[in-house]
Amino acid sequence: MKPTEQLVEEKKIEEEHPMEHILRMDRIPHIWCPTCGIGTAMTAFATAVEKSQIPLNNIAVVSGIGCSGRIAGYIKLDSFHSTHGRAIPFATGLKLANPKLKVAVLSGDGDIIGIGGNHFIHAARRNMDIVVLCINNFIYAMTGGQLAATTPLTANTSTSPYGNFEQPFNLPYLAASCGAVYVARWTALDVRRLSKAIAEAMQKKGFSFIEIICPCSTIYARRNRLGTGLDLMKFYHDNMVIKHGANVEELGIGFQSKIIVGKFIDRERPTFLDAHNRWLKSVLKDKFREYGGPDD
Amino acid sequence: MKADPKGVLTGSHYLDGDHAAAEGALAAGCTFFAGYPITPSTEVAERIAERFPEVGGIFIQMEDEMASMAAIIGAAWGGAKTMSVTSGPGFSLMMENIGLAAMMETPCVVVDVQRGGPSTGLPTLPGQADMMQARWGSHGDYEIIALSPNSPQECFWTTIKAFNLSERYRVPVLVMMDECVGHMTEKVVIPKAEDIELYPRRYTKLPPDKYLPFLPEKDLVPEMIKAGDGYKIHVTGLTHDEKGYPVMSWEAQEKLVRRLVEKIRLFADELVDIEEDQTEDAEVVVVSYGISSRVAIPAIQKARKKGIKVGLLRLIIVWPFPEKRIFQLAEKIKGFVVVEMNYGQMVLEVERATKGKAKTTLVPHGGGWVHDPEDIYKAIKEAAK
Amino acid sequence: MLEVAVGGAKMKFWRKPLDLDKLELPQGEIHIIKDRCKGCGFCVEYCPKDVLELSTEFNIKGYHPPYVKFPDECVDCGLCEMLCPEFAIFVKEKKKEVKKVES
Repeated sequence: MKPTEQLVEEKKIEEEHPMEHILRMDRIPHIWCPTCGIGTAMTAFATAVEKSQIPLNNIAVVSGIGCSGRIAGYIKLDSFHSTHGRAIPFATGLKLANPKLKVAVLSGDGDIIGIGGNHFIHAARRNMDIVVLCINNFIYAMTGGQLAATTPLTANTSTSPYGNFEQPFNLPYLAASCGAVYVARWTALDVRRLSKAIAEAMQKKGFSFIEIICPCSTIYARRNRLGTGLDLMKFYHDNMVIKHGANVEELGIGFQSKIIVGKFIDRERPTFLDAHNRWLKSVLKDKFREYGGPDD
Repeated sequence: MKADPKGVLTGSHYLDGDHAAAEGALAAGCTFFAGYPITPSTEVAERIAERFPEVGGIFIQMEDEMASMAAIIGAAWGGAKTMSVTSGPGFSLMMENIGLAAMMETPCVVVDVQRGGPSTGLPTLPGQADMMQARWGSHGDYEIIALSPNSPQECFWTTIKAFNLSERYRVPVLVMMDECVGHMTEKVVIPKAEDIELYPRRYTKLPPDKYLPFLPEKDLVPEMIKAGDGYKIHVTGLTHDEKGYPVMSWEAQEKLVRRLVEKIRLFADELVDIEEDQTEDAEVVVVSYGISSRVAIPAIQKARKKGIKVGLLRLIIVWPFPEKRIFQLAEKIKGFVVVEMNYGQMVLEVERATKGKAKTTLVPHGGGWVHDPEDIYKAIKEAAK
Repeated sequence: MLEVAVGGAKMKFWRKPLDLDKLELPQGEIHIIKDRCKGCGFCVEYCPKDVLELSTEFNIKGYHPPYVKFPDECVDCGLCEMLCPEFAIFVKEKKKEVKKVES
């Protein structure tokens, strides 16, 4: 190699970001706006995946439609970009067909709780062994800023141009009441605690739900005159209150109100597959044949 | 490859069409089923719920049909052979994800046990009015394969054939039964496992660094993988290139959608499955499928007795439509009589395929009961003039 | 509060630690992939040692990437690397040198 080529090679190797082996580098830079928090949430997920020490071949990522749904396209794992709202049942099928996979659903609030609300509550009820990371930016960003089920009261969106008068969901309350075994909420600012929580959730068996409060600069912040994503991050910094084990009923978020974060629920319950196998074996005894996985 | 004996209920049974379809799925090696109860298809789900724990499969009743369809696509990517069942209203709900399965080129089987429609219609009575929806139901350009059995024995075999075709073409395959065939109990003979031929999933042998998820083979169908094998692919419902990455351009759209459509269209000759009876000397041919084809038989017999040279062409693979054979016949005969339990769906294909060379008459029926053979006979007589 | 120089950086202590002469702060070397940066400012805002500042130069996309204003103050905490949404900044541990500690 010529001396100049070698220098360039060395510089290239030196310039490699430590997360690059888990990203589809041929698609970076990604489509998200400057000061969007989704990139940070994705970094936290990538860090957590490394931390959890689950073999990368055994992790699959499913996402829906929306800005947050594009995460599947940038992560270098078996990733599936399905239809709007149907990421959770897709993940259900994927997990049940190949139980040794760890399936993570990374999608937005509109996708998981709006159109996908029904699937969310049933997967939580059944305790499907999946991790659901709901990236909550309080709005339907990709389609231009419409009202979401999580939009705080009085916020301005394109379909509530005079301010929102609909009561939003309190996501940890919803998840906990449907039977999720791990419920937490963190902001995109608190990356270390967030990636620790994700790593914990990945190791846990059962339906784990983490709400990630994320700044949306071009749509939510701009429409509501809140500055840029950086201003929203500063707001989280000043208004985030960590209360592990808080009462989930009191975790609602108002417009520019205090945001209570932390780990709220961490309990044990048999997963769908465990309950399925255990019950049928006890009823059918020798006639029961357990599903052996896709290679059976 | 041969069927796995654990799923094959060898022997001579007295089953209804729904149960026979469930046994067909088990014989074909189906190991994942996600469905939602809807009359008249519920019996398929019920039988599978009973049999899967003995055979080693996973049955899950999802919260709605959209979840069922999404789950079977996810499970297919997890490596299982998957199926769902539904009827008219549920079929409409599944349409978006049938489009997703077509776009992601996922092998899966959906059984639609048709009932009187539209909307809630006649839940417990037969209809055949979803035939066009089977072909055009989801938005966008794509091709699917649809079959139509006319007896419980045939329900068993067409379900197995549906699984095989879905693996061969990497496309969702629909089995369009009707409530009559679904709830009719007849003798069903299930052979030994070694007499059932299955088409294995087209898994690639290439290593992960050389494999491209949507690079087609010579027959326009790419090789498949399953999640967990280390290929780390990206599969999306957006228009994508060979790597599976979304591309927002008309060139990518042209390349992808043309292939999705041509992988079936260019191989339409291999996808012809029709049963012909007495068509060699026929002047009038009755075209039918499902239960209507059985109801046409006494009308044909009566017409033959009266000296009219009439034959029956029964469609087993309904989509892609066997236009070449219809055109061949159209050049010799006086006319076609299409007997179907709707107000004109497959008759449009027959008319199109004749290219004007033969008359086409429809014997419509709103559904809720089968045709009166007398109406069919009158139409045959009229067509023979 | 005392301000004590440890290695190349200044640290605040409530009282003088008994093992101050053995104290070694980690040191980080910041790498910035300028052309990936979208100028969001997260790293600049949240660096605990205020090591970074947005530069006045433009990168290929027209944004102002950050630059390392006080390279000796970086303590390899990695917060910039974790916060950056664009994977445009990362820290590597600087080779250790034995540094004398003055109080």
